[in-house]
Amino acid sequence: MAKGPYSEKVMDHFMNPRNMGEIEDANAVGEVGNPACGDVMKLYMKINDEGIVEDVKFKTFGCGAAIASSSMATELIKGKRVEDVLRLTNEAIVEALDGLPPAKIHCSVMAEEAIEAALKDYYQRIGKDPKIVDEMKEKIKTEIAS
Amino acid sequence: MIYMDNVAGTKPDKRVVEKMLPFIEEKYGNPSAHFYPLGRESFEAIEEAREHVASLINAKSDNIVFTSCGTESNNLAIKGVAFNSEYEGKKHIIISEIEHYSVQNTALKLTNLGFEVTKLKVDETGLVSLEDLRNAIREDTLLVSIMHANPEIGTIQDIEKIGEICKEKGVLFHVDAVASCGHVEVDVEKFKCDLLSIASQNFYGPKGVAALFIRDGVKLTPLFDGGFQERGYRSGSENVPAIVGMGEAARIAKEEMHIYAPKMIQLRKKLWDGLAKMFDFLHFTGHPEQRLPGHVSFWIEYIEGESLLLSYSLKGVAAASGSACSSNILAEDEDELEASHVLTAVGVPNDICAGSLTFSMSKYNEEKDVDYVLEITPAIVNRLCEMSPYYNKK
Ligand code: FES
Repeated sequence: MAKGPYSEKVMDHFMNPRNMGEIEDANAVGEVGNPACGDVMKLYMKINDEGIVEDVKFKTFGCGAAIASSSMATELIKGKRVEDVLRLTNEAIVEALDGLPPAKIHCSVMAEEAIEAALKDYYQRIGKDPKIVDEMKEKIKTEIAS
Repeated sequence: MIYMDNVAGTKPDKRVVEKMLPFIEEKYGNPSAHFYPLGRESFEAIEEAREHVASLINAKSDNIVFTSCGTESNNLAIKGVAFNSEYEGKKHIIISEIEHYSVQNTALKLTNLGFEVTKLKVDETGLVSLEDLRNAIREDTLLVSIMHANPEIGTIQDIEKIGEICKEKGVLFHVDAVASCGHVEVDVEKFKCDLLSIASQNFYGPKGVAALFIRDGVKLTPLFDGGFQERGYRSGSENVPAIVGMGEAARIAKEEMHIYAPKMIQLRKKLWDGLAKMFDFLHFTGHPEQRLPGHVSFWIEYIEGESLLLSYSLKGVAAASGSACSSNILAEDEDELEASHVLTAVGVPNDICAGSLTFSMSKYNEEKDVDYVLEITPAIVNRLCEMSPYYNKK
């Protein structure tokens, strides 16, 4: 029997969000919104010279699922290499949260999109074409498919 | 748990439960079986309940039909007249923008059968304009269906004046009084209504039982065909324990409403004033005075409703939210998340999931409950503001 619409993990991350806040000297900032329900997620990353996410923080306007997804996403990408960060899918976020109600899956999609947006910003800042993020994502997808 | 979601359903009064118990255990006879005492006993209990329910709304008991819920009463009222040949040719129905889904969707369904529905706008306090109503009534208007009080924003309509206009224009008038009955006076004579829905769970009775008042002379086609229970308006075996419970709840409400309503108004004032002082970005919804006694509703800038609702729940307070994010959360897909039509109608920005919340108190709430809500609110709001990318500390 379900105890409520959200798993204990979701409730835990909602109550005690990890990495909430802003990073003053972030070098990767992404903001995405969901026009349908109005969620907005802003993600800040500090990526070092080795291409490793040293620090990450978020701010989210949204429901319990949106806040928990943001929090979980930051946990999952902290300390990772940029290439590996891009491997994080919304499904993995949902799994790490022990599931989300079907109507709330889009809140995890938003977290994945926020990461992409932040990395695009990062590449732009270091003088590369942000499209590289899309290409990398494509590559990962075909890799997984094969 | 501090329970402040009484528009969703009130805690049954102990006396109601006691009255119901024998009808679950030993007095199990079918009221249609008059020929032996066990059946007759159930029959009489239902008739006694009918008297109490009628008396609560100043009606005759003959005009009361028991149903299973407010939704059924609303469906029976609207489809009942729409399907009746007596009113053939009248194909226009007027409702307001803030009606309950059971009125909105029922009216909408009828458009497939050639009916036309006019939805009256409401002002920012949730009131229907009498002028608009007057202008909307046409030759072929069959029915006006307007709710007495809105459960989400608490506004109480000028229902007597609306009734007068309907009477004057000779159109049928249905009132959905589910949210108001047992909290403020509901009187079918003063309202000049032809049909009126009430539900037991909203006035300290059990869930799963409700009633429809049908004025003499109004022709209704029943929704169910069957064995002619409830004078044919509602065939099907009666839920005797529930009906008995509703009757007792009605009796208590009639006797005691004048005691608890003023207390609830005081609690409302305390909660309202306390919240008003806290944040300049908190906006109340509904009418400031013309509202349900224990009802406070508002939305907060920068914050989304479901996260507000969850935060209160984690602190032991049960409330309600009209934000899309909390609606239908167990739905199969996100398309079913829809911001409340009521909030949209009163002008709450709908491009964001507004942080809307409704605290609805009952006769069981105490001053200490309000104190507690006021005490925990700043931390809840500040925490969510901290998290919000919209909020910039001033
Ligand atoms: S915030 Fe609206 S559904 Fe997640």
